[in-house]
Amino acid sequence: MADREWNPWRRLLALPNESRTKTVAVAFLVSAISAALVSGATVALRPIQTANRAAEEQARIAALVEGIPGMATILEQSGGELSTVVVDLSTGRAVADLRPAMLEAALLDADNWTTLDAAQDLAGLGQRPNFIQVFLLRDEDEVSLVLLPISGQGYGGRIDAILALAGDMNTVAGIAITNHSETPGLGGRIVEAAWQAQFPGTELRDNSGQIAFRVARGQAASLYEVDGITGATRTGRGVTQMVRFWLGPDGYGPLIDAIQRGEF
Amino acid sequence: MPARPDYWRILTQPLIRQNPVTLQILGICSALAVTTTLVTSLTMSVSLTVVLTLSTGIISAIRRHIPDSIRLIVQIVIVASLVIVIDQILQAYFAEISRALSVYVGLITTNCLVLGRTEAYARHHFPIPAMIDGFGNGLGYSLILIVIGGLRELLGKGALFGIQILPLADAGGWFTPLSLMLLAPSAFFLLGLLVWAIRWILPEQAEASEHPEALRPEPAE
Repeated sequence: MADREWNPWRRLLALPNESRTKTVAVAFLVSAISAALVSGATVALRPIQTANRAAEEQARIAALVEGIPGMATILEQSGGELSTVVVDLSTGRAVADLRPAMLEAALLDADNWTTLDAAQDLAGLGQRPNFIQVFLLRDEDEVSLVLLPISGQGYGGRIDAILALAGDMNTVAGIAITNHSETPGLGGRIVEAAWQAQFPGTELRDNSGQIAFRVARGQAASLYEVDGITGATRTGRGVTQMVRFWLGPDGYGPLIDAIQRGEF
Repeated sequence: MPARPDYWRILTQPLIRQNPVTLQILGICSALAVTTTLVTSLTMSVSLTVVLTLSTGIISAIRRHIPDSIRLIVQIVIVASLVIVIDQILQAYFAEISRALSVYVGLITTNCLVLGRTEAYARHHFPIPAMIDGFGNGLGYSLILIVIGGLRELLGKGALFGIQILPLADAGGWFTPLSLMLLAPSAFFLLGLLVWAIRWILPEQAEASEHPEALRPEPAE
């Protein structure tokens, strides 16, 4: 190199590979390009993936409803449609001016969330939305089935599920896990039909009105328990805690009371 | 380096003679895990072949400028980004299959087959032969996956690509499915039989025994 190369790119390429400048520059460039590629793909494909997930959740709800004994006939009688209602969790009443389609936008506003303190926060959520979309099925005037979306902290991350309650608001009619990141083969087995099949018929509250439901460690010993999954104690505890939180006073408690009083 | 590498040879060597799975026993984990059906095997094969071809091409193109001290990290970063992109595409357009493959697409990143080819071949060759080598190795891997996936689906479910080939005993036919074929150990058995068959046909692949000298004294160390 007789005269100095003015182009900084050429000068960089001409550096010996082991020089510190070039090592840092190569590391930076490779990471920057890779990061751009990954972010680009993620952002560009997200709408399609979201649509897929929504379709999948819809299919899960349909499968959940179909799996409940006698549901198919009830659905036919009621016109085959579940009604969708947005409820205010603190009062347990339907929110008339909030359509399900607007819910997502409303929940972007931090004012529509309630922060949970440590004593309330059984499910490890940190905060819960004030409004939530539930699905109802009516038989004449009585509510015969509700589908309640619930979520909570599992072992590997958040578990989202839909819990179906029969008209007495105490008997579980079924559960569907819509999203989880538990260990495949251990906690991930919560998506298996065999495990979920134990939920129908399980009762939530004992005679004193306390929530007694739990995922047992090992075999279920009472009407309020379902079998635990071996090697997935923390996933089981996560499911227990999320059911307890969401059916308690800070979750759907007010809604369940309202339904039981026949006000819904 | 020869003046003009024999591209055909580079492409076909890894199919049987230098097959990365049966000869080098690389990439076994995914080969066992995703071969329960032909569809998942095929998706995994295509994903791995695409990742391998692109990453060998990219790494070969910048090979003169990768500092030795960080070369493995650079290679892993490139492979990992490609894998994430493929995974995102699968999640968007093949949601069902992507769910069946669960974590194994992501694990292509750590597949020794990919790093083996980029480290051993792409780093020392021009991009075109490197990509052909990557593609050939991808095909070799695919071949094994598809053979094992096909056998497992046929024997385990009596079907291929989800289409019933053998009439099941439950449905009035004569074929009782071998449930073992749907469990991971069967992939081990099939792979072992396949390796044995290939080494029986091509005896030069058989490795020299590592402990033949029973009479030799233990090394004094």
